[in-house]
Amino acid sequence: MRLLHFWRAMWGIIWRELWRFLKQKERFVSALVRPLIWLFVFAAGFRSALGIAISPPYETYILYEVYITPGLIGMIQLFNGMQSSLSMVYDREMGSMRILMVSPLPRWFLLTSKLIAGTAVSVLQVYVFLLIAWFYEIEAPLEGYLWVLPALLMAGMMLGALGLLLSSFIRQLENFAGVMNFVIFPLFFLSTALYPLWKLKESSELLHTLAYYNPFSQAVELIRFALYGQFNLEAFIYVSVAFVIFMIAAIFGYNPSKGMMTRKGGA
Amino acid sequence: MNAWMISVGFLLALSGAAHAETVYVTLEKDNAIAVVDPIAGSLLKTVSVGQRPRGIAISNDYKYLFVATSDDNTIKVIDAETLLEIGKLPSGDDPETFALTPDGKRLFASNEDDNTVTVIDIATKQAVQQIPVGVEPEGIAASPDGQWVVSATEATNMLHWINAKTLAISDNTLVDPRPRALSFTSDSQFLWVTSEMAGTVTVLDAKTRQIVKNIKLSVQGVTDDTIQPVGVVIDKDQRWAYVAMGPANRVAVINAKTFEVEKYLLVGQRVWNLAFSPDQKRLYTTNGLSNDVSIIDLDNHKVTKSIGVGRYPWGVVSKP
Repeated sequence: MRLLHFWRAMWGIIWRELWRFLKQKERFVSALVRPLIWLFVFAAGFRSALGIAISPPYETYILYEVYITPGLIGMIQLFNGMQSSLSMVYDREMGSMRILMVSPLPRWFLLTSKLIAGTAVSVLQVYVFLLIAWFYEIEAPLEGYLWVLPALLMAGMMLGALGLLLSSFIRQLENFAGVMNFVIFPLFFLSTALYPLWKLKESSELLHTLAYYNPFSQAVELIRFALYGQFNLEAFIYVSVAFVIFMIAAIFGYNPSKGMMTRKGGA
Repeated sequence: MNAWMISVGFLLALSGAAHAETVYVTLEKDNAIAVVDPIAGSLLKTVSVGQRPRGIAISNDYKYLFVATSDDNTIKVIDAETLLEIGKLPSGDDPETFALTPDGKRLFASNEDDNTVTVIDIATKQAVQQIPVGVEPEGIAASPDGQWVVSATEATNMLHWINAKTLAISDNTLVDPRPRALSFTSDSQFLWVTSEMAGTVTVLDAKTRQIVKNIKLSVQGVTDDTIQPVGVVIDKDQRWAYVAMGPANRVAVINAKTFEVEKYLLVGQRVWNLAFSPDQKRLYTTNGLSNDVSIIDLDNHKVTKSIGVGRYPWGVVSKP
């Protein structure tokens, strides 16, 4: 009976998130437009930029658009993770989370359910993006489209947990611009999404180190390897550890008696 | 039980043998031949062969390799199994490219500095004749029907049609600047020629020796001056022609019926020469500056792997 409650609540949260995403066509389109502009416009300008070295998981020379595809998948998940978690700021004040938070279900469970819901939406976005990329002749091996699913779930959960953690610090939705400037941009540009680590090393050892320890880089590499049917153990461990740390911190942050809300004097 | 295991072992050995294939690559700077297993995608070994090896061909029975060692001024005959030298052919000075006649009896070698083509009898290891051609002969090809050997001269921008029987030049055709490599279609009807400076591929009718099509290569985002086509091959069904585009780092996939470029495939740097696998399911490219060989799957026109082989890979052949 108790398990059924948990299941109902989780399914309710996931379904609500998916339904909301599918009904909001503008949101669906805008979530895809961003990576597609990067793919069709930005990557076109650098088409031959990487044709001089081969780095795993690739076994031959690739065009830039092939290289940044996993990075853009990461971008979809990063924005989605931030957006979905930051919507908690609003939801917590006046939306459904306000009601859910006072339910007898444990807080960690509600937050995890919310995280799974957000990840499910991002996975949906990623597969639509991969389909469009396929028509643009960016084709991974067929089995790669299956192998990438667990990598997407892991990366989505980790980035969502990071978003949740951040949302526990933020009182008002207007602060999203700050998150863009101080979290999303540094995470994205200081990563392997747009350029491989060896390229960064050529220009700066510091940038290389920062990019290497950036959890977003590891998420992108986990996705990149999985998309080509390979398992990147290092990235897997890194993403798992980052997820656990972010999640524990977020649960702590959302605890009214101990977390950031008390310190902020919030809800 | 034992009999069953032996049968399975035999079948496995058979299937393994059926898939075995060897690719030989001349390494201009390493003075060696690289031996590659294209199925496993690995370099097996590298064997010293002589000074500055470039052009390479394999005998019809796949037993002998002919390697032009330019700075030794000879074409070496190498046992394809043991990779030991078993003879030398009098190629004249600085041989770079040569053509093997379809009957496997003669070699026609270009002598770039002497403006001649040397005709060599393989059995007697004697130079039969030297044919004066234009300035800087380089690319050379023999027609599968045994009628023609065509020599391209880089500085005169001309094709010289040598009658393979009489060894006399029957005709000359002017083509685009700096013709580099030539290849006949399997029915000997057409000759494809690459012009390095013009960035073009010219198709000629072997009967009339006239140009039937001129194809300009152009890659989006790549400057025209880096498009310098060199190696060209056409599949035996005459459906596709493949052109190595030098510093453009790409292989052009051309529909051999419509003469339209269907695709450009990214390979290593300064792709120079090309060779089919014996079953024509794969194409191998030598990438001179990135020191590797790229493998192209011809069923779906995709580059599947690039394998490091050594410094300045130049020529390539394969055997089952």
